[in-house]
Formats: sequence, C-alpha cells, structure tokens
Amino acid sequence: MSDFKFSKKHEWLKVEGDVATVGITKHATEMLGDIVFVELPDVGSSVEKDGNAGVVESTKAASDVYTPISGEVVENNQSIVDDPAKINSDPENGAWFFKLKIKDKTEIDSLMNKEEYEKFANESGS
Amino acid sequence: MYRWVERVNVGIKKTSLNKLHNEYQAKFVEFAGYEMPIQYKEGIIEEHKFTREKSGIFDVSHMGQLFIYGEEDLVKDLEKIFPLDLQNLKKNHSKYSFLMNDDAGIHDDLIITRLENGFLIILNAACKENDFEILNQLLNSKYKMVLDENRSLIAIQGPKSAEILNQIINNATSLSFMTGDWFEYENQKIFVTRSGYTGEDGFEVSLSNDLAEQFTKELINKGAKLIGLGARDTLRLEAGLCLYGHELDIKKTPVESNLKWAMSKERISNGGFIGSKIISDQLINGTKQIRVGIKPEGKVIAREKTKIFNDAELLIGEVTSGTFGPSVNGPVAMGYVDNKFSEKDTKVFLEIRGKKHPANICGLPFYKKNYVKGANK
Repeated sequence: MSDFKFSKKHEWLKVEGDVATVGITKHATEMLGDIVFVELPDVGSSVEKDGNAGVVESTKAASDVYTPISGEVVENNQSIVDDPAKINSDPENGAWFFKLKIKDKTEIDSLMNKEEYEKFANESGS
Repeated sequence: MYRWVERVNVGIKKTSLNKLHNEYQAKFVEFAGYEMPIQYKEGIIEEHKFTREKSGIFDVSHMGQLFIYGEEDLVKDLEKIFPLDLQNLKKNHSKYSFLMNDDAGIHDDLIITRLENGFLIILNAACKENDFEILNQLLNSKYKMVLDENRSLIAIQGPKSAEILNQIINNATSLSFMTGDWFEYENQKIFVTRSGYTGEDGFEVSLSNDLAEQFTKELINKGAKLIGLGARDTLRLEAGLCLYGHELDIKKTPVESNLKWAMSKERISNGGFIGSKIISDQLINGTKQIRVGIKPEGKVIAREKTKIFNDAELLIGEVTSGTFGPSVNGPVAMGYVDNKFSEKDTKVFLEIRGKKHPANICGLPFYKKNYVKGANK
C-alpha cells in the first residue's frame, strides 16, 4: 500500500510507472452518503493539479472531484458511471475514477501517505 | 396569550427523540432551528426503500401543532382565512390547505383537522411561529390558541405501518385516509390521523413528549425503523408533494403551485377568504408560470435553481427540488415553467454545470401512491 498517496480533498492516487490511478477515499464516501451519479473527465483531456476533474452526487448534494496531480486522462472508469453505488462499496479499489499520464512527478511529493491522511481525516472530523 | 413555547434553551432545539436518534447513530443537521436526523446508519436509499416496502418512523416533532378552540364562530372566522368548506368538514376529518396573504401568496401549507371543540392545524417548523402571529391577528385574539410544544409528532409510513400500529394502538386501523381520532396509550390521550407525506399509507401520532421515546421504541420492536429527513425528502418528491421553501413560498399562489384541487370549488366561486380575488382571477385568466414534474432523460440530477430551457433555447423556468428517486431508480425533479411550455411530454433542457441536458415535462407523482381510502384494509 506504500504507493498510495492522498490529498486534502480526499482523493487517493496510486502510481504505477508513468501512470497514476485516481479515486475518492472511503472517508469521502462516508461523508457523501449514497452516491447516485458520477461525471468523469473525458479521455484525452488535460487536468491541472487541484483542478476540477469530475463530479459525484449523493442523494443529498453534488460535490466536485479534484485531481491531486496534473496530467492527461488516459482512461476513465465507465463501470462507476453505470453503477455509482460501486463507489460506496469499493471506493479504494474497483471504483477508481480515472487514470492519468503523469505530467510532473514532483507534484506527488506534496501528497500525504496513508498514515498522514488517516490522521488528517480524523482531525478534520466531518 | 396561550403560548407554550420552550424559551429556556436559546441555542438549537432538540425533540424528545434526540437521545434515541443518537442511539441509532443518526447524522444530524440543523433544520428550522432543530437538531434533526438527516439519516441513520443505513443511509438514505436503504431508508427510502424500507419505507416503501415495510414501515418507516419519522420524527416530525419540529412541526407545529396548533390547537384553536372555539365553536361555530370559529368555523366562520376560519372560513374567512382558508379556502375550505369548513362548515361541512366533519369532526375528525382533515384537509390540506394554505395560509395565504391578500395576493394569495402562500405563508405556509398545512393540514387542518376538525376536533370536537375546535381545530388542530399542523404547520411547517420554519413557519409555525409566524403562522401563529398571523392567525392570532386575523382572529383578533378571540380564541384560545395553543402552539403546543409539549407534544411530539411521530409519523409511521409504509405498507406495514397499519399492522404495526394496530399492535400498539388497538383499532388505529379503523381510521380511513385523512381522518383522525383520540386513542389511549399509557393512560394518556393521543391523537392519531391516517395521513403522511411519503406517498404511502401511514399515520401521524400526536402524543405527550414524555411518551414519545417509549412509543417509538415499541414501533421499532414491532419491526419499524427510524428514517431521516433525507429519505423523507426523496419519498415526498417521488410522491409529487410540495415542500415549503422550495415549491411553495410567499411569492407563489395555490393556482401556480397546481394545488387548486385542495380548494373548495364553492368557496372559490363565492369568495370571501383571504386571497380569493387573486385565486378566481388566476383560475379564469391563467397564470404565467405553473408547477410541473420534470424527468431528466439521463442520469444527471437537476438540483434546486437549475435553469430550464425550451428547445428554442428560451429560458422558461427553474427547478425547485431535484434528487435521485430510489424507487424510480433515476433522477426526478419539480419546478416552475412558463405555462405555455407546461404540457406533459414537452421536451426541455436543464442547464447543469454549463451543459444542457434533455428532460421531459411529466405528470405527478413519479411514484404511484398507496393511500388506503377505506377503513380496515
């Protein structure tokens, strides 16, 4: 699990070579409640660190998804578009959001590791 | 002035079931000055489905329970306020109605029930104190009015509710839809009506605060589950029911809200109630806008304030409530559109995050009601 990184906006990032997989954390899904709709960035589009990269909607409200690092979207996960409930049941594995071709590896350094994120999530409370 | 409003706690108000909500791991929100459960452990979708399939318990104790005591004079005076035929409203029968201003703008929507010695009016939590002032003024302080904060209000909704309630309140199921009566529970009088706001058969039980927790625990023991405000919203929206502050407000009339069914035809033609001139004028000449159901074609959810366009890109209205409907298994919305584009099956476009998404004007409700019309069913 050491290759997992986390952002303050509650996204996770898994790096494999030049490609990073991005999703939202279990903690985020617990805050959101039942997820019923997801919008993903198009394949081929460029996203900027901390910029918008999709939307998740629960029964309660819509929330933006941010990308923890910059890059070009090389794949998005249609299975969560078809079945958004999967994001609640399997957030940190099967329900990944998109894969990025990493633009600048140094951006990863600013992200938290699992331990740091868990501490952050507990302290931020809600 | 008879006004039993708890003034000791200046901060957020809590209902008698607050401790129980905590025990069942509620997530709380502030709603109209009260700490209310938005959902419990299982979440909105499970809670919604449980209500549709079995029986959900809703703490609606934040709503106002206004008792007005009086005889024939009161009936006549209330007819000057409400567009209802109250003279012919039988004892223990309820009607859905509105408190309006002179322009027929809606101060609040409410349920009024005739009692032996007056009326019980159930008011929205956010409006109840203002309603009390308005009504007291309109009635010239002539009658004893009690906005009773010593009573809780517990709704039990869904197809198994009758069976469950009957085990606790003997013969509660003798009630037919939109009627009520006094029953006995723990040697105290409780008022039960067969009504609700979910599109399901159900009951609302008004009882003293000190009995509320025990009564609710009994419902839970018989198989009902606590349901939060989140599912209450998805349930009422699927049932096509209005929520004050969203579909209804002081700038909208019952005609615009498509609620003319709730007004007595005779009263409208004879007039003599607040807002009656505007109501009859609007019924003859029509209104500029009207409330409609909106069904998005895809999965995208149109939230409140989403702009609605016609196929010629003309702005024709706005969404007032929108969510994912768990029983419909898709997005549902209500809103107001220009009357010219309010016909069922009219194609419209919803502007969401800069993109226009196709949708259709549709009839309401989204989900078919299961109200019990007769008794003992």
